[in-house]
Amino acid sequence: MASVTFEDVSKRYDDVVAVDGLDLAIGDGEFMVLLGPSGCGKTTALRMVAGLEEITAGTLRIGDRVVNDVEPAKRDVSMVFQSYALYPHMTVQRNIESPLLIRRYPVDGPDAPPRKLTRAERQARVDEAARVLDLEPYMARKPAALSGGQRQRVALARAFVGRPLAFLMDEPLSNLDAKLRAQTRLELVDLHRRVETTVVYVTHDQVEAMTMADRIAVMEAGRLQQVATPQQVYEAPANLFVAQFIGTPPMNTLPGTVAAGGVVEVGESRFPLPPGLSTRLEDGRPVVVGVRPEHLALDPAGPITQKVRAVEWLGHECLVFGEMGPSPVVMRQVGMAPHEVGGEIRLGVDPANVHLFDAETTERLP
Amino acid sequence: MRLLRRYSGRETALAALLLAPSIAVFVAFFYRPFLNLIYWGTFEARRNGAYHESVGLAQYREQLASDEFREGLWHSVQFVLYTVPAGLVLGVLLAVAAHRRLKGIKVFQAIFSSTLASSTAVTSVIFLFLLNPVIGVIQVNWLNDRGMAMFAVALPSIWQNLGLSFVIVLAGLQAVPDEVIEAATLDGYGPVRRLLRITLPLISPVLMFLLVVLVIFGLQAFAQVDIITKGGPVGATETLVFKINRRNRPDNIGIGAVYSVGLFAVTLVVTALQFTLLERRVHYAN
Repeated sequence: MASVTFEDVSKRYDDVVAVDGLDLAIGDGEFMVLLGPSGCGKTTALRMVAGLEEITAGTLRIGDRVVNDVEPAKRDVSMVFQSYALYPHMTVQRNIESPLLIRRYPVDGPDAPPRKLTRAERQARVDEAARVLDLEPYMARKPAALSGGQRQRVALARAFVGRPLAFLMDEPLSNLDAKLRAQTRLELVDLHRRVETTVVYVTHDQVEAMTMADRIAVMEAGRLQQVATPQQVYEAPANLFVAQFIGTPPMNTLPGTVAAGGVVEVGESRFPLPPGLSTRLEDGRPVVVGVRPEHLALDPAGPITQKVRAVEWLGHECLVFGEMGPSPVVMRQVGMAPHEVGGEIRLGVDPANVHLFDAETTERLP
Repeated sequence: MRLLRRYSGRETALAALLLAPSIAVFVAFFYRPFLNLIYWGTFEARRNGAYHESVGLAQYREQLASDEFREGLWHSVQFVLYTVPAGLVLGVLLAVAAHRRLKGIKVFQAIFSSTLASSTAVTSVIFLFLLNPVIGVIQVNWLNDRGMAMFAVALPSIWQNLGLSFVIVLAGLQAVPDEVIEAATLDGYGPVRRLLRITLPLISPVLMFLLVVLVIFGLQAFAQVDIITKGGPVGATETLVFKINRRNRPDNIGIGAVYSVGLFAVTLVVTALQFTLLERRVHYAN
């Protein structure tokens, strides 16, 4: 177990900057999810930890050790790949045992030199991994004879068996069907709770991030946008990108102007300013109002007006799509909505659920 | 018959119609000549080929056991032993060297595969000059040395087969997922171990195919011999096909036919052996 620390780490390919000055401290035993759209640099960041990508600038530490120039096998990390990357010509037993056959491990304490494991030690570890991941009946099979979920567990077992300082996972659930993915999420969280090893987990799926992470690092265009717990990321997004990336459907973001009486005008609607806003906002200042769909509530006397364009009924809730002034907007309502398409509804919102962002910098206004 | 019954009369007729052209070509140019060959092998030439007498299988028994046939077979096997392992090893090494993401690597890939497009005749003539003891680039007297002549004949084939081996192995390497190689790197496999324990097993179907094809090519070697040494010195490079070709005359065409059927049988057995012995060790992805 060890922390993983990025200090101003960058990765450039010719003219393209994949990761731009990343500062991120992942705590010992923490489950850190790197979240962002494809091409945001999250996978590159993970591969730099693994040693599969060279670091252009900055310092990367695993524990106290600077690993910029340490070769992958000597970093004592293991990785689970999106495709699982099992060795198709080896049995499950050999796949899991494979790192133990080749690498040397510091089993005799931190002062003794690392050595190869004995046959008995190897088998004990393989058996343990097989038991934890429920693979005992399949040890003699080859990967081709396993289901997707079983292959995924073999990949986890192979990562687990070397007792690495950190697990690196690159979209490990994306090849599973929805049901198995939900189940495996719970199993991964459970596995992490038991082994208490640092996990760096890359995904573009906000549900995985929200459900598994101790903390989420949201990335976009090679830059870190926000690092916080899932709750903080959801409740206090640091900027417009995070606000719109997290949540399904995403947060409504409406350009407006600050007006007299502590409100923001968006077309003919008036949003209350969030309480405790420390920045003084002069009248007429352009801002962006953020409101999550579930925080808009029907209120016949409410100060907000939404045109109704379409209603999607999902059973337990419905989504009312429409516009506020020129901006598209979604409102979420429990139960069945009787709204008429083409009509207007009046809404209210709790000031505590209103987010304000600077119209130019897109940063959250504190 | 059960297979046929699964299709209606119309479907069967259509299938026959569509298959007819290829069946006709195979029958006319392969199966019928092959049966002819077996039949000719039962005739012995009399009076320098003035007429032929049917002797049944006696000629097969006699000729396939002859020193001449065995010598030809041994020379062909020698040729295979020189060309096949070298072709496989060099093809793998060259493909591994050229399988990387570098600017301009496509140019090298094209150059390395270009020997595939050269003819045996041209290649042989080039090597004939290269190996000339007086004007050659490598001034050696191998072509007159009974011990080295077969190696000298094999050299142009090794060179020429390299393009084929390279292209096929490279295609195999490109089908190996990057993530598997990266997983092996993280598991501690160094470059050599990665090649031997991960990459080669993963491309084993390709290597198997290459082995079978190169062995068959080797057993069929003729043009190289005919151009470079004409079978010499003192018959040291007379491969089986070379000997068959020399017997393609009325006075001993029966013997040529027997040799041909013998070569066919040897090729069949060798290929079948390769499959039975190696198939289990080849990993086919599902």
